[in-house]
Amino acid sequence: MAQINGKDPVLVVVQLTGGLDFMNTLIPYTSQHYHDARPTVGIAADDVLPMNNTLGWHPAAGALKELYDAGNVAVVQGIGYENSNRSHFRAMDIWHTTEPLKVSTEGWLARVTRDLDPNTDNPLTAVSFGRGLPRALAAPGVTATSVGDLDHFGLMTKIEAEQERAQDLDIFKRMYTPSVGTGVVGDYLAQTGRDVLAGIDMLRDVPSQYSSSVEYASNPIANALRDVARVHTASLGSRVFYTQHAGYDYHALEPETHPRLLTELTQALSDFMADLREHNASEEVTVMVFSEFGRRIKDNGSGTDHGSGGGAYIIGDHVDGGLYSEYPSVKPEDWLYGEDLRHTIDFRGIYGTVLEQWMKMDPTQIVNGTFEQINPYKVTAA
Amino acid sequence: MASEAIELRAHLMRRVGVGATRGELEELANTPYEEIVERLLHPEEHPNPNEDLLDRYFPAVRSPDVPVTASSIWIFNLAHSGAPLREKMALFWHHVFATGWYKGEHGPTIIHQIEKFRENGLGDLRQILLDLSHDPSMLSWLDNCQNHAGDINENYGRELLELFSMGIGNYSEADIKAAARAFTGWTFEQPIPLYPTGGYDSEFVYRADDHDNDEKMFLGRTGNLNGEDIIDVIVQQEATARFLGRHLYNFFVADEQQVPAWSIEAPRDPEAIDELVASFMASDGNMTAVMRTLLNSKFFQNARFARIKSPAEFVGSAIKLANWPQEPDPAITTWSPAAAAMGQKLMDPPSVEGWHTGKEWLDGGTLSERVNFAVEQVMDTSKPGVQSIVARIAADGSAVEPEALVDQVLDLAGPVPASEETRRVLAEFASEEGLLTFDTDDARETSEARIGRMLQLVVSSPEYQFA
Repeated sequence: MAQINGKDPVLVVVQLTGGLDFMNTLIPYTSQHYHDARPTVGIAADDVLPMNNTLGWHPAAGALKELYDAGNVAVVQGIGYENSNRSHFRAMDIWHTTEPLKVSTEGWLARVTRDLDPNTDNPLTAVSFGRGLPRALAAPGVTATSVGDLDHFGLMTKIEAEQERAQDLDIFKRMYTPSVGTGVVGDYLAQTGRDVLAGIDMLRDVPSQYSSSVEYASNPIANALRDVARVHTASLGSRVFYTQHAGYDYHALEPETHPRLLTELTQALSDFMADLREHNASEEVTVMVFSEFGRRIKDNGSGTDHGSGGGAYIIGDHVDGGLYSEYPSVKPEDWLYGEDLRHTIDFRGIYGTVLEQWMKMDPTQIVNGTFEQINPYKVTAA
Repeated sequence: MASEAIELRAHLMRRVGVGATRGELEELANTPYEEIVERLLHPEEHPNPNEDLLDRYFPAVRSPDVPVTASSIWIFNLAHSGAPLREKMALFWHHVFATGWYKGEHGPTIIHQIEKFRENGLGDLRQILLDLSHDPSMLSWLDNCQNHAGDINENYGRELLELFSMGIGNYSEADIKAAARAFTGWTFEQPIPLYPTGGYDSEFVYRADDHDNDEKMFLGRTGNLNGEDIIDVIVQQEATARFLGRHLYNFFVADEQQVPAWSIEAPRDPEAIDELVASFMASDGNMTAVMRTLLNSKFFQNARFARIKSPAEFVGSAIKLANWPQEPDPAITTWSPAAAAMGQKLMDPPSVEGWHTGKEWLDGGTLSERVNFAVEQVMDTSKPGVQSIVARIAADGSAVEPEALVDQVLDLAGPVPASEETRRVLAEFASEEGLLTFDTDDARETSEARIGRMLQLVVSSPEYQFA
């Protein structure tokens, strides 16, 4: 197993649900086509935070710009796949299962988890924050722990009296004892119940052991990334973390919603990296931020509709910061179907990049094929 | 403790719905079993409660974007309908004809599909498959709208044979192509909606100019076959009877292996499948007749607790136990998301193969969701279902031994078939606080809390996961 200064590499995935407007995050501010297409949601050239002569950050993405300027962010421009699907659910499914053509049930990170922990020795190898498991982490025989609220995690969470709950958990444990004669299903059920308790046991002291000078904001993505930091710094052997930030489907009121979400997201990412560094726990971590699609080039007078050709961000101490792949052409004659950004790199190649170059895994079976990769790491994990 | 008459009726009601209250079971105990079955087989005589009221409370269910609300009301009806089998058959067909709304997000079509299953889920398979082949959400889900004369898309033709009727191994690739050609021109259109916002509704259209009129051969039948002809052939196949019989067995009787294994592995109870096949063939595929055979059979009556509850059934069983709310209440809308968190997002199955059932419902995350949901439903002892259990235990006002407390709660919550170990663990816990008494207000309050707590533990047990 390839390690970074004796520590196993860790992947943190941040899902932006609803369809991040990539074109209004990293803005082609010198292009008249951009300003013509977006009379309502467009950002004036004077307002962007310039990156170079053609691209600038949205003014609400200052925290990400700072990370970028420090060389810790690889921007993957034009990420997508052929015939991008405009349904949120189907599109998200495609990203989760890496199957654009058929409906599949196995998640790519579940396959990662199975490779990392084939005997499911550690219920915390993969941890998702939020209720229920995302499909990316679901596959038969794969254990991934789903944490709704780290401070009140586990079973019987509605029972407030501490002593009563402890007693109930003890009874639960005894009821979920594999015993002779209960059969395969009974044994499996008992084992599953005990796995849940093991996860709870491992996570129980995490909140009380953690302290940090970083003060996160109070919003869902900040809370989730703080939870990742708390579990990661507790050194429980977790290798994959999953978080979600919702609300990006701004068909309407994009000028109000997009900046608020960008501020929440980029500040949370910045706080997260600062927090890990304070705990000397950053260098083994790579963060990958994605969304299910980009948005239409022309605005609709209030927001933007579902499109294609989005952007992803790979963040970490070992990242060789910069722009990767190509920014999709904004010239009207290049628009896909006359209205969309054309994708310039397949998302499965980016999954492959992170898996092969960071996690030191063979991505071929996990993403179902071989796809063009980028080289976003300065020092490959060794 | 419950008599065999009560236990058998509790079993029946768990399978045709999500269970019944003890009061309901006691009423049913006075009616012969086969008469109850007959009543269940005629849901048309029992409209669901409060349909108008539900519509008024949840007008959003009539708008296109809310399968979540519609599925929550579905769970409500599973628990409270006077004709639970109508709701359960709709759920059965949803498992078999698994259609996902998310692929196209075509307006309210999925809600209409489920509505058809509710209307005719106990009808002739021929009509059920015809309705399915006319259904816009299915035509979109399996791309039949892109199945054109001279340029076929096999998706619907293939799954109609593989997943919806005969099962793999009973037809050739050439039959699939013939079926696909026969369904060319079966598509849908989306008329301009009445209101300017929201999704477009969809309706079936047959485009004769896009239908392949050349000769086709399907399972030995030759001619200018159209979709109806394909369905006519399908419903006469014993393979169809066998495949659906196994689905019915898995859904109503006992957990089977997952569908992809069926072409390789023999059924758990081959004789049971034979009985269902005979009933299907004798009735020309009438689902009322087949379900009558199934529910009256010995193999059904003996298959107690042989299935893991699906999430929809689990949510339904817990809210039925708490017996609240019985009238429309905003709490209802949390039920479909709760089932989704347990791994079953109704109207959005993971793929056309539907959900994997049995023990595959359970992993650490979904088990936690189940336990937490069930505990939350019964922790408020003022709910009618909990009050009814308290009232029965306190009925004659005399003190109750700790072991009797355990036995009575296990009994009244189901009965729940506790293992020796579970019963012993619960009895040890109950003994720590001694006798339950009801002679003073304080004693009654303490005893009520203890009964409520015992109920929370019972719904957390491994045994409560089974139906």
